[in-house]
Amino acid sequence: MSGENWRQERKTLLATLGPPLFWLTLFFLVPLAVVWAYSFGRNVGLTEIEISGTFANYAQAIQPLYLGIFFKSMLMAAACTVICLIAGFPVALAITFAPDKAKAWLLLAVMLPFWTNLLIRTYALIAVLRNEGYINLTLGWVWKQVGLVLNVPPFVPLEMLHNNPAVLFGLVYVHLPFMVLPLYAALDRLDRSLIEASLDLGAGHFRTMMLVVVPLALPGILSGVLITFIPALGAYLTPDLLGGPDSQMIANVIERQFKRANDWPFGAALSFLLLYLTFVMVAVQALIQRRRGAR
Amino acid sequence: MSLRSEHSRRSILAGMGIAAVGLTFGLEGCSKEKTAVAGGEEAKLNFYTWDTYIGKTTLSDFRTKTGIDVNMSLFATNDELFAKLKAGNPGFDVIVPSNEFVQRMSQADMLMPLDHAKIPNFKNVEPAFVNPEFDPGRKWSMPYTWLVLGIGYRKSKVQGVPDSWKYLFDSDQYKGRIALLSESADVMRLGARYLGHSVNGLDQATIDQVTAMLIKQKPNIKAFHEDNGQDMLLAGDVDLVLEYNGDIAQIMTEDPDIDFVVPKEGSLLNSDCLCIPKGAPRPNNAHAFINFLLDGKVGAEIAETISYPTPNAAARALMPESYRNNPVIFPSGVGFDKSEFGKFEGAEQQSAFETAMTKIRAA
Repeated sequence: MSGENWRQERKTLLATLGPPLFWLTLFFLVPLAVVWAYSFGRNVGLTEIEISGTFANYAQAIQPLYLGIFFKSMLMAAACTVICLIAGFPVALAITFAPDKAKAWLLLAVMLPFWTNLLIRTYALIAVLRNEGYINLTLGWVWKQVGLVLNVPPFVPLEMLHNNPAVLFGLVYVHLPFMVLPLYAALDRLDRSLIEASLDLGAGHFRTMMLVVVPLALPGILSGVLITFIPALGAYLTPDLLGGPDSQMIANVIERQFKRANDWPFGAALSFLLLYLTFVMVAVQALIQRRRGAR
Repeated sequence: MSLRSEHSRRSILAGMGIAAVGLTFGLEGCSKEKTAVAGGEEAKLNFYTWDTYIGKTTLSDFRTKTGIDVNMSLFATNDELFAKLKAGNPGFDVIVPSNEFVQRMSQADMLMPLDHAKIPNFKNVEPAFVNPEFDPGRKWSMPYTWLVLGIGYRKSKVQGVPDSWKYLFDSDQYKGRIALLSESADVMRLGARYLGHSVNGLDQATIDQVTAMLIKQKPNIKAFHEDNGQDMLLAGDVDLVLEYNGDIAQIMTEDPDIDFVVPKEGSLLNSDCLCIPKGAPRPNNAHAFINFLLDGKVGAEIAETISYPTPNAAARALMPESYRNNPVIFPSGVGFDKSEFGKFEGAEQQSAFETAMTKIRAA
């Protein structure tokens, strides 16, 4: 009886899991395997790639030049993640404690940017930040009004585009929702009586936040950090469009291998180094989670 | 390679994948009987080209004349075109690569030789484009447009005419107001040209020399642009920009404070060409279409819409004075006379260019 039940359930399981597994294998794992094979290949002529089992591409990829770019990308992504965390935590907290009606609207507001294509949003940022963009036009106008009363030197537009801060700003702008949503999910599940207890027992707001809320929300914080850091590390459009001459990140280098340089094996090796890095980070997160669970 | 204003302006669309969808033209008049053309080919043609790179009525005129429906798909860079055809022709009949890629694709055995007997309008082509070095005897390609790289600049912010590459590559006079094209090959070739070499035959020593010069120059450079240099110039982000003449000619109509010069050391020419990729399903239609595009009147209609320099003498003769004798669309002078086409000299050189650019940007 129970055996039959199990068998039936297995059928159901297969029926539900089958199509997505098939999809995943065909359109994700197989192409990934092809790119992985390319990373051990070499160019033969202009169109052929011979999978020769060489490690030359990886040897090239761990040259100081490319390691430096990897390091710089990680630095940018880390800075972006930290800023997102600092800016996103209060936002997530505010949404958690907002009245139920407002909650839905606030969450919608957080997700709204996803409804517009990233490229469009980036071009919009360019229009805001450029020398004759909206910020500088506004500042220039204010400056002119001041100039009517006081004797001020002519307005010099702020350089807000084509430099590393612009890239960082763009990355934070793009990735903030990735941080806010998991934080909100974690904070919303929080047992509020614990906060009340902490406040009743004499802890201040800040102490309650650091000693009660943050530790309880840690899983959410960790997944928020991961889900922000990983796409920020692979950012390609933002440094390309907002960056200056030294703003390239690793994804830009990879893109150029596949297109202009026509060196797919090397591009594949760089991509897989990035992927290995990501695996390591996911593993570290899982390890921390497990240790917490065991405690 | 040759991304021009219109391509880059529409790169928003291209990025959204709209460009990849491919637009079908001429479906509105389906009642018309399709006439079969020579060779009994289906009255269809797949045309793979740059965005906004054809006359307003060119495709419908062709359909009226021959009954062939042209299905147009768009690419944004030569690399995209190359990548798409690398694994075999997915069914395109006519493509529009730039000169360097004509060479690259013919070497990679990706093109079909042209039958000149089927292209009588070849007689309309300017003598300078009849037998170019990148395609001797026009075996693989017919010229569609041409361009030259130079310096676009804002007259009121620049002293005199910046008629040397020095101002872009080797001087802090315009610190923070310079934007270079991010195409590694173009930047390396022009840097070499400034240092007294040819734009072709660059060896590693020359590449290193140019790399060192540009690393030194980098603090003065505001950005490497993705062929949207004319937009940056127009918006006042920079005052000097490495761009194609056609791009600058377009924004000059919007802003009279902008001008263009081909530096005296000489520059890089670029020509987009009509080719038939190997494995094209309808080569007869393809030849008919190429011949049609080389017609004087058709060429003039295209030039009127896209306002790029035309290599078609018959078409140019039909154009108004403001186009025919426009000093930016048709530059002349010592710099222009010294300009050459860039040659494709092997995958290794291409990789070396790219590594050099990565070095410059990482420095």
